[in-house]
Amino acid sequence: MSEVTSSVGGSVQLEQLYQDIILDHYKHPHGRGLREPFDAESQQYNPMCGDEIRLRVALAGERVADVSYDAQGCSISQAAASVLHDQVSGVSVGVAMKLFDNFAALMASRGRLEPDEELLGDGIAFAGVSRYPARVKCALLSWMAFKEATVAALAADVTNERPGMNDSVTNSPVTNSARRDER
Amino acid sequence: MNPAVIDVASLDPVPLDSAAIRADFPILSRTVRDGRPLVYLDSGATSQRPRQVLDAEREFLEQHNSAVHRGAHQLAEEATDAYESARERVAGFVGVNAGEVVFTKNATEAINLVAYAMSNATTATEPAAHRFAVNPGDEIVITEAEHHANLVPWQQLCTRTGATLRWYGVTDDGRIDLDSLRLSPRTKLVAFTHQSNVTGAISPVPTLVARAREVGALVMLDACQSVPNTPVDFAALGVDFAAFSGHKMLGPSGVGVLYGRRELLEVMPPFLTGGSMIEQVRMERTTFAPPPQRFEAGVPMTSQAVGLGAAVDYLNAVGMDRVTAHERVLTAQTLVGLAAIPGVTVIGPTDTTDRGGTVAFVIDGVHPHDAGQVLDSLGIAVRVGHHCAWPLHRRLGIPATIRATFALYNTGSEVDELLAGVREAQRFFGVGG
Repeated sequence: MSEVTSSVGGSVQLEQLYQDIILDHYKHPHGRGLREPFDAESQQYNPMCGDEIRLRVALAGERVADVSYDAQGCSISQAAASVLHDQVSGVSVGVAMKLFDNFAALMASRGRLEPDEELLGDGIAFAGVSRYPARVKCALLSWMAFKEATVAALAADVTNERPGMNDSVTNSPVTNSARRDER
Repeated sequence: MNPAVIDVASLDPVPLDSAAIRADFPILSRTVRDGRPLVYLDSGATSQRPRQVLDAEREFLEQHNSAVHRGAHQLAEEATDAYESARERVAGFVGVNAGEVVFTKNATEAINLVAYAMSNATTATEPAAHRFAVNPGDEIVITEAEHHANLVPWQQLCTRTGATLRWYGVTDDGRIDLDSLRLSPRTKLVAFTHQSNVTGAISPVPTLVARAREVGALVMLDACQSVPNTPVDFAALGVDFAAFSGHKMLGPSGVGVLYGRRELLEVMPPFLTGGSMIEQVRMERTTFAPPPQRFEAGVPMTSQAVGLGAAVDYLNAVGMDRVTAHERVLTAQTLVGLAAIPGVTVIGPTDTTDRGGTVAFVIDGVHPHDAGQVLDSLGIAVRVGHHCAWPLHRRLGIPATIRATFALYNTGSEVDELLAGVREAQRFFGVGG
C-alpha cells in the first residue's frame, strides 16, 4: 500500500524549512495584537492564499517604539511577524530599514545567501524559506506592512508634526521577549 | 438530478486500466523533492498531458504548421483543416455543433468575451445585437460559489454599464442556496458554475436554467471542472453559453472554449476585433464574419487547438463514463478516509451525491499552506489557498483550504498516500490524532 508511512518524518528539507525557532514563534507569537497609540497602519494581503496582516507602527522620534499586529496565516507568516516585532522594536528607523533590506535580500536569494546572524538574529531561521519561492511572500508579508506603515508614519511626521498621537514616551507593549538593544 | 450528467451506476462501466493510462503520461513517472515519486492531485488546477496530445502538437508543428484561414498554399490548407477538425471534435465532445464553438485563449477569456460583447451591444449598429445590451437598473446574477473568472468579469460588466450584480448565496455545505434569491424581469444573465472548483458540488442546472427562462435571462455555465471529468451535453442542459479550458482536460494551455447557441452568436457583437473576424473592411466601416470566426480575431492558437482535439480523442477512447466512475471511487475513498482522521473537516458535500472529484478540507491547528508544504515534502502535489474563490471561502468562514482533485490517471494508493500525508502534517505540527 502506501510507501509514505515507512518514511514519514524523515524529510530533511522540511526540518530545514520549519526550524524550531519558526515553530516556537508560531506557537508563541511575540507582540501580537493591535495597540494604541500608533502613527500609521498598513494592511497587506497575500492574494495567493488569502493570508492577511494589519500592522501598526508607533514611532518615538527616530526610534521604532512599537510594532503591533493582527494577522492570520500560515506558520511562516505568523512567525515572521513575531520575529519582526522582536527585531525592530526599540531600534532606530534607519536600523529597522537596514534589517528590512537584509531580510528581503535573504528571501530573494533562493538559498544562495549566507544569512547575517549578527544582524538578523532569529530572522536567520527563515533562510530555508528562500528555497521555496511560493513561501517567500509569507515571510515578507509583515515586513512589507512594516515598511509601508513606517514610511507613512515618517511622512505624517513631516507634514503634520505628529498631531499628538504619540508623544515622546511610548507605552511600551508587554511582550514575552526581551527588547533588543539597538545595533 | 442533472439530465446531462450520466447516471454512472446504471452504466456499470468497465474499470479503467490505471497502469496503462499512467504509462501514457510521461510526467507521472518523475520524482520530486527528495526523490519522491510524484503524486499529482492538482488536476483541477491543470491536468497533465498524455503522449498522444504531446505527439499531436509536435506532429502538427513538424508537418503542417501555418497560419489558419489565410493563404492558399498546401500548409495553410492542412493547418486550417487540422484546426477546424479539432473544433468539430471538441464540439461533438460537449454535444453541440462546430459552428457554436469559439476557440479562446482560456476559459477566463471565453467568459470575458461574453461580458464584453454584452457591454458592446449598447453601441452596436445592428438592432438584433440590442438583446444583449445591459443598462442601468438591469441585473446580472451569479453565485457566491463562483471562481473569480466567473465573478470579476460580471462585476466589471456591471461597473461599466450601471447594472446591479446580485448573487445566489451558498449553503453551509457549499451548495448554491436556491432559496436565497429571486430573479426579476430586469435579470439579463445568470452565470454559475457547473461544478464548484472548491467543494466539488454539482449545481442544479435544470432548476437554475428554468428560473432564468421564466424571466427571459440568458444563462452562462462555467464548465471548467465538469467537462474534464464527466460527460457533458450543453445542448441537453439548455444553457446559452458555456466556457471550459483545454489545460484542465489533458489538453494544452493557451486554448479555451466558448460555447454559444448559434442563434445568439449570429447576432452577438464581437469582443476583440481585427484580422480574421471581418467580412468586409472599408476605411469608414467594417462588417463582421459569421460566427465562430467573428469571435476569433487575429491568428489563433493552432497547435494548442490540435492538441485539444487529441485530448478529446483520448478521453473518448477511454470513455467519459469510465472516467467519472473512476474518479467517483477515488472521491469516496478520500471522503471516507478524511472523515476517519480526527481534526479534519471536509469543506463541501461529504458524500458523492451530486459531487465531483474535488475534495477541499482543513486540518485543525495546521494552516493549509503548512499542510501543503508537508504534503509537498512527501511528493504529493495539492493546491492550497482560496483557489480563486475568495468570496466562497469568506462565506464558509475559512481563509484557505487544502484541495485534492482527481483525474483519470490517479489511483487508490495515491489517495492512501494523501491520507497518510495528512496524518504526517498533524504529527509534524503536533496536533490531532
